[in-house]
Amino acid sequence: MAITKAPLFTSRRAEAEPSAAAEGTSVALDLRGVQKTYDTPGRPQVEAIRHLDFSIRRGELVCVVGPSGAGKTTLLRSIAGLLDLTGGEVVLDGNVVTGPPEGMAVVFQEYGRSLFPWMTVRQNVELPLKEKGLDKATRREKVNRALEEVGLTEAAEQHPWQLSGGMQQRVAIARAVAYEPSVLLMDEPFAAVDAQTRAELEDLVRSLWKHLGVTVLFVTHDIDEAVYLGERVIVLSNRPTVLMEDVDVDLPAERDQLTTRSLARFGELRGHVYSLIQRAKRGDRPDAPLPASKGE
Amino acid sequence: MTRFLKATGYAVGLPAILLTAWWFGSANSTNTFWPPLSTIIETFPTTWTWDRIVADVFPSLARLGIGFGIAVVVGIVLGTAIGLSPTLRALSEPVLEFFRAVPPPVLVPIIALFAGYTGWLGKIVTIALGCLWPILLNTVEGVRGLEPTLTDTAKSYRLSPWRRLVFVVLPGTSPRIFTGARQALSIGVILMVISELFGANRGLGAAIVQFQRSFAIPQMWTGVIVLGLIGVLLAALFKVVENRMLAWYLGQRQIDRGE
Ligand SMILES: Nc1ncnc2c1ncn2[C@@H]1O[C@H](COP(=O)(O)OP(=O)(O)OP(=O)(O)O)[C@@H](O)[C@H]1O
Ligand SMILES: [Mg+2]
Repeated sequence: MAITKAPLFTSRRAEAEPSAAAEGTSVALDLRGVQKTYDTPGRPQVEAIRHLDFSIRRGELVCVVGPSGAGKTTLLRSIAGLLDLTGGEVVLDGNVVTGPPEGMAVVFQEYGRSLFPWMTVRQNVELPLKEKGLDKATRREKVNRALEEVGLTEAAEQHPWQLSGGMQQRVAIARAVAYEPSVLLMDEPFAAVDAQTRAELEDLVRSLWKHLGVTVLFVTHDIDEAVYLGERVIVLSNRPTVLMEDVDVDLPAERDQLTTRSLARFGELRGHVYSLIQRAKRGDRPDAPLPASKGE
Repeated sequence: MTRFLKATGYAVGLPAILLTAWWFGSANSTNTFWPPLSTIIETFPTTWTWDRIVADVFPSLARLGIGFGIAVVVGIVLGTAIGLSPTLRALSEPVLEFFRAVPPPVLVPIIALFAGYTGWLGKIVTIALGCLWPILLNTVEGVRGLEPTLTDTAKSYRLSPWRRLVFVVLPGTSPRIFTGARQALSIGVILMVISELFGANRGLGAAIVQFQRSFAIPQMWTGVIVLGLIGVLLAALFKVVENRMLAWYLGQRQIDRGE
């Protein structure tokens, strides 16, 4: 990995807390000048991520929003160790990520294609646990619990392709949950589920996050969802991506679909993130001179 | 049930028509090369006695089985290795293209030089080599065409290379492997016959040629029928195995097509 050059663009956060301080125990994930340009032979270069610098504390639930094509998936795959970075580094628990790190689970955006069609739902959820070396009884128990949590007990012996899109999505979530990761990355996991199920799954993510103490990075295009779920919302600019703003969500820790969403503060935050996204879509970027007022 | 009857009807219909046409078309034939079907059927039991089946049919089938089996194993092993390794692929691509272009029967005289052609070895090598290419090439393509999201999933859960191979790569490639194996099987049957045409031999193909050379024409025809029946049987057997092993794939495809 190349030595990080002086970053061109720095987020406010990174200025306040230089990456060097991130070595402390409280930081789970630290992105240092992450840069990614796709250079596929025979195709034009695509500069997906220009510069990203932020860190996530252990046990934090952070949402990432940004315009379509902003490089959210690219960011997630970089953190998951599935991409070679063009510059900078991702540090997880003090170790530079060079490949898929231990104790990390990813729910991919193309969830349907992330399930093994030759296996039943149960086998899909169980496979990573086999790799962990768990015995049969433990595996069975964990699989059953995970399937119960996402409401798929009935579908355990079916194949993924026999299920609806929303159910497939829940299988992918159950697989990640059963794995008991310390870091959970989710890429627009609820894009294909109906509103009702979506609300339930959002609460499931919140409760799992609380119970397991897992660090969650949650990519979504839904602003409401980001504010409702996250303790922070990272807003990305349009491509080539830099950090628009790192919004602190100062809502009560105990959240509820009805009450939280009707809080005045919820509306404010939502409006703020919304305007950021609108600006990002227009091509308004922090590297261009920022308007004097921050927010609306 | 009616569906089953209908399917059976379609499957049996055309052969029945053809047989009837053959039966009546050849009924009064005096042409020695086109004996009446009734004559052919009469000679059947006396020609294909148990002794002849043991002496000619079984060895042919055994050689086909061994040759095809070797091709399946070698094809899958090599194909997976080449499919997974870009280096191996770059190295082997021109060679594979070359051998793909060589018609398998051409190999016979060459193999005869090295392995001789009276024993089993040369014949098995011929069948195995002929069957190898479709399986090998399809396996390579299958491995390369694996859904990237599945590969990423396997990587992100840190599956060991062994688990990845057994639970991800091989099952994911199996539809293509079956495509290759089906092509290989028909090539194998052809090579089973051709490999027996050189030198003095026993075997199904050899028997047919023997009959032809001794002007035992109705017997020759019975041999052709036996060969055809074996082909049908092997195809049916193949289908049974495929339906079992690719049940997930066939089911998924059916749903994708909308039932
Ligand atoms: N393998 C690749 N090769 C070349 N370009 C790529 C590749 N993957 C993504 N890109 C490009 O990089 C940019 C960012 O893509 P990415 O998928 O990360 O965006 P995204 O924010 O996840 O979008 P969406 O909201 O639609 O999911 C896009 O312009 C995309 O076309
Ligand atoms: Mg995406």
